[in-house]
This record gives sequence, C-alpha cells and structure tokens, in this order.
Amino acid sequence: MSVDPQATRPLWRRIVGFNAFAAVVLGIGGYYLGWYIGHHLDAVSLEYFADTDQNDVSVFLGYFFGVAGFLIGLGFLNYPFARLRGYPPSLREKETRGLGRYFGLCTDHKVVGIQYLVGIGLFFFIGGLNAMLIRVELLRPNEQVFPAGQYLTLVGMHGTMMMGIMSSAILGPFANYVVPLMIGARRMAFPRIESLTFWLLMAAGAILTTTIFFGGFPTGWTGYQPLNDQANAGMDSYIVFFSLVGLSMTLLGLNMIATIVTMRAPGLSWSRLPIFCWGVLSTATLMLLAAPVLIAVLSMAMLDRTAQTTFFIPSQGGSQYLYENLFWVFGHPEVYILALPGFAIVLELLPVFSRKPLWGYRLAVTGLLGVTLLSWLVWQHHLFVSGINSDLRPFYMLSTELISIPTGFTFLCGLMTIWRGQLRLTVPMLFCLAWFFNFLIGGLSGVFLSDVPSDVTTHGSFFSMAHFHYTIMGGLIFTFFAAIYYWIPKMTGFQLNERLGKIHFWSMFLAFNSTFAPLFAVGFLGQPRRVVTYPDHLQFLNDWVSVSAFVLGLSMLVFLGNFVYSLVFARIPAGANPWESRSLEWQLPSPVPVHDFDRIPVITGDPYDYGEAAPPTAVPAPAPAAGGG
Amino acid sequence: MDAVSYPSGVRGASHGRRLVILWLVISAIATPLAVIFLGREIPPGNASEQATEQVFDNQVLLGVATPVCVLVVLFLVYALVAFRARSAEVVDGPATRGDSGIQIAWVVVTTVTVLTLAGFGTYQLLQSGSGGGQGPTAAFLPSDHASAMDVQVIGQQWEWTFRYPTYGGVETPQLMLPEHTLIRLHVTSLDAVHSFWAYQLGVKADANPGEDNIVYVKTKGPTSFEIHCAELCGLFHGYMTDTGQVVPSAEFAGWIKQQQAYFAPVMRYLPPYSTTYLPDPQHRAG
Amino acid sequence: MEARTKKLVGVAFFVALAGVLIGFYVSGYLVGNTPPYTPPARQGAVPTVNLTLQTVAAVGPSLAPNHPDWVSYLVRSNGAWHRTTVWDLPAHALVHVTIYNFDGASGLRNPFLGRPQGLVGPEIVDGKPVAVFPPDQPSHTFAVPALGVLVPVAPVQDDEKNQCGYAPCAMSMAHHTIEFTFRTGKPGHYRWQCFVPCAAGFVYGFGGPMQTIGYMDGFLNVV
Repeated sequence: MSVDPQATRPLWRRIVGFNAFAAVVLGIGGYYLGWYIGHHLDAVSLEYFADTDQNDVSVFLGYFFGVAGFLIGLGFLNYPFARLRGYPPSLREKETRGLGRYFGLCTDHKVVGIQYLVGIGLFFFIGGLNAMLIRVELLRPNEQVFPAGQYLTLVGMHGTMMMGIMSSAILGPFANYVVPLMIGARRMAFPRIESLTFWLLMAAGAILTTTIFFGGFPTGWTGYQPLNDQANAGMDSYIVFFSLVGLSMTLLGLNMIATIVTMRAPGLSWSRLPIFCWGVLSTATLMLLAAPVLIAVLSMAMLDRTAQTTFFIPSQGGSQYLYENLFWVFGHPEVYILALPGFAIVLELLPVFSRKPLWGYRLAVTGLLGVTLLSWLVWQHHLFVSGINSDLRPFYMLSTELISIPTGFTFLCGLMTIWRGQLRLTVPMLFCLAWFFNFLIGGLSGVFLSDVPSDVTTHGSFFSMAHFHYTIMGGLIFTFFAAIYYWIPKMTGFQLNERLGKIHFWSMFLAFNSTFAPLFAVGFLGQPRRVVTYPDHLQFLNDWVSVSAFVLGLSMLVFLGNFVYSLVFARIPAGANPWESRSLEWQLPSPVPVHDFDRIPVITGDPYDYGEAAPPTAVPAPAPAAGGG
Repeated sequence: MDAVSYPSGVRGASHGRRLVILWLVISAIATPLAVIFLGREIPPGNASEQATEQVFDNQVLLGVATPVCVLVVLFLVYALVAFRARSAEVVDGPATRGDSGIQIAWVVVTTVTVLTLAGFGTYQLLQSGSGGGQGPTAAFLPSDHASAMDVQVIGQQWEWTFRYPTYGGVETPQLMLPEHTLIRLHVTSLDAVHSFWAYQLGVKADANPGEDNIVYVKTKGPTSFEIHCAELCGLFHGYMTDTGQVVPSAEFAGWIKQQQAYFAPVMRYLPPYSTTYLPDPQHRAG
Repeated sequence: MEARTKKLVGVAFFVALAGVLIGFYVSGYLVGNTPPYTPPARQGAVPTVNLTLQTVAAVGPSLAPNHPDWVSYLVRSNGAWHRTTVWDLPAHALVHVTIYNFDGASGLRNPFLGRPQGLVGPEIVDGKPVAVFPPDQPSHTFAVPALGVLVPVAPVQDDEKNQCGYAPCAMSMAHHTIEFTFRTGKPGHYRWQCFVPCAAGFVYGFGGPMQTIGYMDGFLNVV
C-alpha cells in the first residue's frame, strides 16, 4: 500500500484550495457582490421598482456572480488560464486521490457519475419532501396548514425540482459512469465539461431552494406568463434555476453525443452498440436541441422582469402564446428526456435477467429514434383548449397518437425478450417489470389526453397529473432505482441488500399505484391541478392518496436505509460480475480501476449473446504488468 | 448452448397459442364489462351535448384500451409464472433475436389502431369542437351556429364575471344559461391566463388577456354545474370556483331583468361590449 | 471498533443534516402565517361583530420590516393596529365593518366591480350612502366572492393635505370612513381580497401585496 501524499498534508492545506468549500464561499461572496452592484445600477428605471420592495436586477446579478464565484472556486478557470499563459495541457484534475476528489472538479467519469448520484439524490429528497407537504395540505378540503402562497410555492418547487434535476437522473449518474465502459473508452469526450454539467446542476438546485427567502413563486413548473412577469422575486430563482439546468442539459447532451459517436472501441459498430447507449444518444439529442429553447424563453422572461421588455404582456404588444409555444417546444421533448432513459434501462437489463438476447434490436433502436423524432411534433397538445389556432388540433392529435407506435416497439421488444427466457427476479429486474405496468397505464391514459374531446375535461385536472406521474415516476424513477440496484455493485464494489431491496420494491410499487391510480378518478371528478382547496365530496379519495403518498415516502426511506446499511456497514464485496452479464462494463473489476481499461478492448459482437455459442464479447488484450494503461 | 427444456413441460409455440387464446377470452369478457359499467360512470355526464360527446369518446377509448391493458398484464403474469428460472445456477434461455412476422404484424396493428383513433377523434372534434376553446375564429362549428346565443366569460385575478351582449351588455357575478340553447361562450381575461372549466357542461377554455376564446356548448335540461379555474393563475387559483345554472327560458328571462335592474347604476361605467378588454392602468400611477 | 465509530459518526452527521433540511423546509413554508384575529362577538338573536380596519398606502417598517412600501389592510385589536388578515368570525352573524382608508385612488380593471354588492343595507362613505363608484375612483375593494360581498373603498384625493406616509396612520390624517354590514353565512373558510390593482410596480398591479396573505388578501374563518 503506497502512502497517499494528499492524505499526509495538514488539514488546513486540504481545505484551502479549489474545492466545494471554496466554491460555496466564493458563491456566497459572489452573490453579495452582484446584489450590491444591482442595487447601485442607475441604468435600470427606478420607477419600475418604486414601492415594490423588490429589485429583480440585483437578484439576478447576485445569482450570476454567485454562480461565477462557485465555478471559480471549484477551479473551472484554472485550465483555461493555464493554457492562456502557455502551460502544457494537463488532466491533473483526474489524479486527485481520496474522498477529496468527490468535492471538487474531477475529470474522472466514474467520480462524476457518483457525484451525480449523490447530488441528484439530495435534490430528489427535497423534491419528495415537497410532495409530502403538498399531500399534508390536501388531507383537508379547506383548512390550511400552509398559507395559500406557500402552498403554490410547494407545488412549484416540487414540480420544478423534479423536472429540472431529474432530467439528468439516468444520464448524469449512469450514462457518465457506464457509457465509456460500455463503448470501451477511458473517458468522456469532454471531461471538464462533464464535471461542469454536474456542478451547474448543484448550483441550480441550491438556487431554487433559496426561492423561499424571496417569497416563493406562484407559477408551478411551467412558469406561465404573464403570471411569471407579475410574480415576487422568488420567480427569479426559478428562472435562474431552469436556465442553469438547461445549460447543464445542453452540455451533457453534447458530451454524450460526442462520446458515443467518436470514442467507440474498435469493432463496436452501430449495430453492436448496447441499447442503453442508443437510449442515451436519443436522450442526448433531445437535450442538446431542446434545452437551448428553454434558456432562450427564460432569458426573455428575465428581460421582462428586469429591463421591462414586454415579450409576454399582451397589452404592450407581447403574447402569452409566445411563452406557451416556446416553453412546450422545450417541454414536450423534455418529458421524453425523462422517459427515454427509462426505455433504455429496461431494454438493457431485461436480457441480463432473462438470459436471452435482446429481441428485435433494430426495432428497439427504431422505436427510440422514432420517439426522438416525433417528440418535436406534438407540443401543442398541451394547448388544446388554449385558444390557439383550432385548425391545427387534428394534426397534433394525430402526431401525439403516432408516438404510441414507436413506444409500442419498446413494449414489444421488451416483452418478447422475457418470453421463454430464464427469468431471475432480482431487485433490478422487478423494477424493470414494474416499468411495463406503470408505463402501460401512463401510456393508455395518455391516449385519453391526446384525444381532444376527452382532453377537454381531463386537461389541467388531476387526471393529467396522474398521467405524467405514471409515465415519469413510473417510467423514470422506477428505472432509476433499477439502475441503482444494477450498477451500484460495479460503482462501489459492494452488494446492496437483496431482502431490503425487495421490501423497498414492493412497498414502492404498491404505494405508487395506490397513490396515483385514484388520482385519475379525482381528475375525472373535477379537481383541477394545483388547487389548495377542493370540493368536500372528494375528501375521501384525497385522504386515501395522501396516506398512500406517505407510505410511498417511507418506501424511499427503506431504500436510503438499505443504501447506507449496505455500503457503510455491511460492505459485502460484490465481485466483478454478480449478475453474470455479458456487457463490457461487467468484464472489469468492481469497483472499476481509475484508468478503466488497461488495454482498449476489441469488440467482436453485441453484448446480448446469451444462449449463443459465441466467442466472448470483447477480446481483452493480454493482461499487462502492474501500472499499465 | 442448446435450447433449454421447460420445466412446465409445455414446448415451443404452444405457449404463444395459449396466451393468445387467454387474451381473446379475457378481452372479450372484460371489454364489454368495462365499457358498459365503467364507461357509463365516466364524467362529465349528460348536462350538455358536448359532455355527452366526451362521454362517448371516453367509452370508445376505454374499449380500445382494455384489450391492450389485458394483453400486457396477462403477458407479464404468464411470463412470470411460466418462465421463472427454477434452478439456482444461471441457465441461458433460447437465443431468439426476433421474428419478422411478429414485428410486421405488431407495426401494422398498432398503426391501424392509432390511425383509426386519430380519425375517430377528428370526426368527433369536427362536430362542434367538443366543448374546447377554439380561439377567436372557431374552426369546428355546429350546424346551427348562426343562431347561437353569445355569453362572455371574463376571468380576472381571482373571479369570473359574465356579460350578456344580447341583453344590453349587462354584466353579472353569476352564470345562468337558458335550457336547450346553443351558447357561444367568449372566454377572455383581464390579466393572467385562467382556464374556464364548466365541469358538468364539458366546457374548458383558457382565458387569455387580449384574446377571445370561443366555445360552443348546447345546453340540455335545467341543472347546475361547477365552475373551476383550470390554469394556475396565482394566489387564489384554488378559490376561483363558482356554481352556474341552466334554467328554463322563462326563469332566465326573469333573472336577466333582475340583473339589469340591480346593475343599472354601474352600466354607464362599463366599457362597450367587446370580445377583449385591455384595461389601464398596467402599472399604478404615482 | 474505530472504523465502526467513524461510520456511526458519519451516518449520524448525515441524519442530522437531513433533519436540519427538513426543519428548514417546513419552517420555511410556515413563516409568513400571521396569527388569526378574533373580534369579540355580541350574542343576541343574531350574533354581531364589529371589525375596524384601516387601509394604508405603505405599511411601514414597524409592521413589515421586509416590505415597508407595500399596501396593506390593518385590523384594530385592543386599540392597536395589527397586520393580520385572517379573522375568525361566528357563523350566520352580522359583521359591521368600519374601514378608515388613508390611500389614494388606483382604479378598477373591471369597472363592474364599482357597484357594492351582497351587503345588508347600503355602503356608507363618510355618512352618505353610495350606490356606485366610477372606475377610476376606488382605492381598494373589500370582497368575499363566496359570500357575494363586494365593497369598493373611497380614495383620498391626491391634493388633500396631511397625507399619511407609513402606517399606522393617525386619525388626524386625511382619510375616508367606509361603513357597511354583511352576513357571514355557513361555517367555512372564505378568502377575501382586494380587486383594485393597487400593488405598485407589479404587472397589472397584482403582484407582491396582492399575492401575499397578510397584506391585501386574507381569510375569514367562519365557525
């Protein structure tokens, strides 16, 4: 065992430097600097701020300077400055050893993957907590636990946090960790950008939580105008949050596409690419192209709120339709950014636990790409009753229903993969099988919403809310957990407890359905979304949902308990390939060594050759002596 | 590796045959039951012709969704029972990588189903717009739209008011509609985006500032209906509820006279009836 | 043992962190809840309650340190003015309200709301009944839509002397007195609000104090 030079340094020397601690200090300092400048800007009409006790310019400047300080503290400027000053290129960030590397800029894709998992988990926890508080409020039709404004903030924060942070739920932790291993690369195409996407997301999440100090925001995650222009300074947190998330998503997508297109190992042709990588590629394409639209529309909202442009104020020549259209041009691909990684995880894991090749590989790929393409053509189904040109309604009804064709491909390929297989009902497999049921209900309710006559009643009601929880929570979060149970042994080298995992699965699956299935009825019976009060006769259903939601929340704590118990206390080594998968990442030791592959492998087939008398997937080069790579 | 033998003793294609037969039988039983019993209960009910259309649409969709749901659930249950690995050691399944017959059949069936549904939805929509807001120039007109009675719905933070242009433009805080009448609702807003949802009438239309959003709805017999706001509009979004009524024509005539009398003092201050209003001030002066 | 203690400390740290987060969250949402005010009720055939309010253009740093410039309603309790807009009232009671308005005119977005509605008897401004207000006049409204109650509040003209700056305003300053009576009806949780776009600087005059409980919006807890 060699002595780690980092560990022998005095404590203060380890704390002072470019790391998360410095980032937080510089971030807070930057915020106050921006806030100070904003308060002394004469360029902005003071009349606008007269008597409002609210200066949006200083809030925005505070956030921007804060983010800049945060990134400087992490050391994102070190490399460009060093290059400007003529130093040779370096990947020194990757060399950091010990726990410290998780608290700073690290270009090791495995470290970024674990950073993502923990960071996203934290904000998922906060978003879930919001949901619990919402359900506490809805236990009674009328009395208020939270004042009406705070309730709207809860709803908005829950939605925004989940949609924003969880967009990267699969691509952040798992694609970053696994894609290079699957394609036989030692790193992502842009390692520093990879780290930047993570830290931007963390800055964004922290900024959204600070909305409480500015009076919250009343608009929900959609941020509709002109309510958005009208709102308290808490709205600024929403705008900066979603802009940073959009930036993070754009860069993440760009990085994924570049990596998969350019860095595949020799022999890894497109028809041998693991289906998970195809799913990542589809999602990344949507991220790269959709998220900039979000940044653009939020920049316009920011200008409305600060420079008094009137993009979205009808009486001044603006239009709320402009916002609605631009938002949903991002917003509909966004929901497939959430759904597609789930498809990919299911199709990737089913062969492993069915001991069969992926059935209909080409059809599955076609399905993923078909959804990617069609998701651009459906956004106005969110605007069926908005008063937008009604001639286009049949088209959007058609295009929306057409999406069920490529989605059906995923169902067919997944179901036919388990047909006549040797099914092993491990925890990840259970989560994948649950996906079929959840997404089936979500998809079928989506057909009701896409049918205009039916949508007239269900639009904006709890029916649509139940629908997208079935597709996003049932589709994304279930597969998120499948991925955690599947890949954690590879990422940490330790098993997660199977029994606790099964308790987690069954409590989550039953509580999830018990929570959201009644909400279809609640919506059909006339309860609009985001209301703090509802008709008395709906109280029984709402109470049922609330209690189920609390059980759902508890099931998450079972997972957390399992996670901590298995990784901190039990620490049972998992071995290199506990699932006996044929995929390339499982041919490496667990946890994966720093340099991934000692020799770049040569790929000779796809990773789904179960039951075939085929040669091994990868031909590893002769094992090198210690210190190779 | 050779194909594995199945512990259940059933071989090859007979699994498939068994599944298809089970599916057909269960669907044939479940679909009519779902449509007849569940479909009848599906809101929004029969308070207007548009609501009845929506119920019919929902029944048709339910009829299509039920066999799909049965297929997937049955498939999962069957697979879990029949194909669960029974040995502790890991055994591979058969290396089947696809079947072009099944793939083509699946593509054809899903495509035909989807196109049929879209065609059906479009046909239903063409009748009168199905109670949805159609914007200032409605594309889907009921046959007798020329004789429709105009009623304006004005949303503001956080209250609905209603204007009757054919009765001197009188404005009221309640919505009353005559029975068996085709109504042309003009939904608009004075500030944020609201959504006018007359639940039992099957009407939903966003109220946009500076936009006229037209909905056709044909009332049936006397009834009362809930009004909600279905688009988040700020602090009291959840309190923007109201109760409207469909009443016999004579009662409606009496009620509107009463309203005209009570609100006579404020009539001279109301702006002339218009499809949209963009009132000043945007910002408070001084 | 050493490693185990370390682990326990680590886990305890994260549990504590989670606890702090939860506490931070719940308390974060609960702040801003003003305690309800319960006016004394006189029992009789019909219970009667007197409610004395003032509306001010700027609530002042003593009553609202974060938002001294926001418009607000204040309620009088034991001779002092408080900024709370959640009031407990008895059911099926008559509520006599007296509003002292110290604020100027803002005007209505919907002129229809210039007509007082849903009252027992007329609205009295400075001793004289008023049937309707021109749309540019109202300073605020006191409205309980679920009870059909709507009362426009007469403004202080801009050229009047001795205008009130920060609240609470003294009775010697320029103001109007608005008196009216309404019935509370069934027990329930009724919101009341102002319909005049009086939130200076916000789009449509409807942000800030118009969207925050405790200024221009509140609840009647009818029990």
